[in-house]
Amino acid sequence: MSVVSVEGLTLRFGDRVLWRDLSFALERGELLAVLGPNGTGKTSLVRILLGLLEPSAGTVTIDGRLPAEMRSRVGYIPQQRIFDRELALRGRDLVRLGLDGHRWGAARLSTTEHERVERTIESVGAGGYADAPLGRLSGGEQQRLRVAQALVSNPSLLLADEPLLSLDLAYQQIITGLLDSHRRSAGTPVVFVTHDINPVLSIVDRVLYLAPGRWAVGAPDEVLTSEALSALYGTPVDVLRLRGRVVVVGTPDDQHVHHVDHAH
Amino acid sequence: MFTSLLAQHFVHNALAAGAIVAVVSGAIGWFVVTRGASFAVHAISELGFTGAAGALVVGLDPIVGMIGGSLGVGLVLGMLSLRGRERDSAIGAVLAFGLGVGVLFLSLYQGYATEATNLLFGSIVGVSDRQVLELGIVAAIVLTGVVALYRPLLFSSVDPEGAEARGVPVRSLSVAVFLLLALTTAEAIQVVGVLLVLTLVITPAAAAQRLTVRPARALLLAVAIALVATEGGILLSLAQPWPTSFFISAISFGVYLIARIYDAAGRVAS
Repeated sequence: MSVVSVEGLTLRFGDRVLWRDLSFALERGELLAVLGPNGTGKTSLVRILLGLLEPSAGTVTIDGRLPAEMRSRVGYIPQQRIFDRELALRGRDLVRLGLDGHRWGAARLSTTEHERVERTIESVGAGGYADAPLGRLSGGEQQRLRVAQALVSNPSLLLADEPLLSLDLAYQQIITGLLDSHRRSAGTPVVFVTHDINPVLSIVDRVLYLAPGRWAVGAPDEVLTSEALSALYGTPVDVLRLRGRVVVVGTPDDQHVHHVDHAH
Repeated sequence: MFTSLLAQHFVHNALAAGAIVAVVSGAIGWFVVTRGASFAVHAISELGFTGAAGALVVGLDPIVGMIGGSLGVGLVLGMLSLRGRERDSAIGAVLAFGLGVGVLFLSLYQGYATEATNLLFGSIVGVSDRQVLELGIVAAIVLTGVVALYRPLLFSSVDPEGAEARGVPVRSLSVAVFLLLALTTAEAIQVVGVLLVLTLVITPAAAAQRLTVRPARALLLAVAIALVATEGGILLSLAQPWPTSFFISAISFGVYLIARIYDAAGRVAS
């Protein structure tokens, strides 16, 4: 049985239909990149998978259950947004909240849970600064800890919403590497929302491409072609492969996206 | 004279009331400072004053009016869950109008002006047995709330996005924390007065956050600092007849300065 099953999903805001009849399934260990220009509902899809937004039609199940029942079983990595410099919190505390932050009351962690927090911090390589004030760490270090927070509950599904935004190239590789090795070892499927496919191109199994009003899903080689994207946008679009990178030219949305020289 | 004063019943009541208020103020302060809601504390306390003045006009217990006023503002601020600049200006607008209404109520009130002065500047030495009991009950409610909500409240205060994704009811908690804060403020007003509530709710928590980054430890430390400030302030005002509120704010601010220096020195050293 698929871990994630999305069937006939339609999202409508007033008269505007973002997508109609969106369907896909995710198997164990699969990594799905969600691509597309701004305003096509990438983040809305994440919120539906988190059970925070109701679709206009269609069903979503995670491990056979509704997303709203699965929130404590889904690991979420948001956009890298810097923590306040003066925030009085350690990285370790942030990770721990991923395990017990949704439980009522005040209590110590059990020994097993404490060890799990330790192990997860080590596994993302954040052991050296987990006790430092979170706000004084670099954006990349903070994002490593966010990954640990998402992994610590041993989730059934990982949702990453633009997790590489404003990270330098080295940290982009570190973060994608962490997600890749986790889904391989633990079998957790990953939904990876990104405006730029290139940092994850080598690890992506399938691509969900959201264009205004339409969508396509399939292997990168099927979806990221001139024919497929031209059909999706309804205008001529060229997909070029340059030195192992994908460059999309001619989408109606001009600020789009897969530039070779991504500003870092 | 100091030792004979220490044997007085009113001094015992003052110390008890001070201790109760210090514990709740310190406990809620961590969340308030982390959420950047210091200005909201000020608004809640000033509107508590308006509520108390209104109660005086219609002949009710001012404490009832004060709790009503604080809770009303706390509820509105919690439900709006505004952020950043928008919140600042909204609070400023509400605060200013509320104070205006308070001024009107005071002018309508024909009773003793001391009651109003006590609200503004605190009247710790006049605390009755019944008031100590009432303070204790409200404090027990606030502390129970803080303990029961501790982890989700911490989560939603430091990482609202992550908390929401995990199913933490972020909005309801925002209302809850403002209601707890309103009760705390109504308590603190009775000891230090409307104008000095920040000295118990904000200053100790801000100092504690300079001394430790561990949330639970900082929370306990804020309680300890608030305790030292209130009890020390009361004792000092027995030895030297200046206003208790002055001594409390002076100790609280002194600890805050020391904490900042300690923090800055640590950062230079490392």
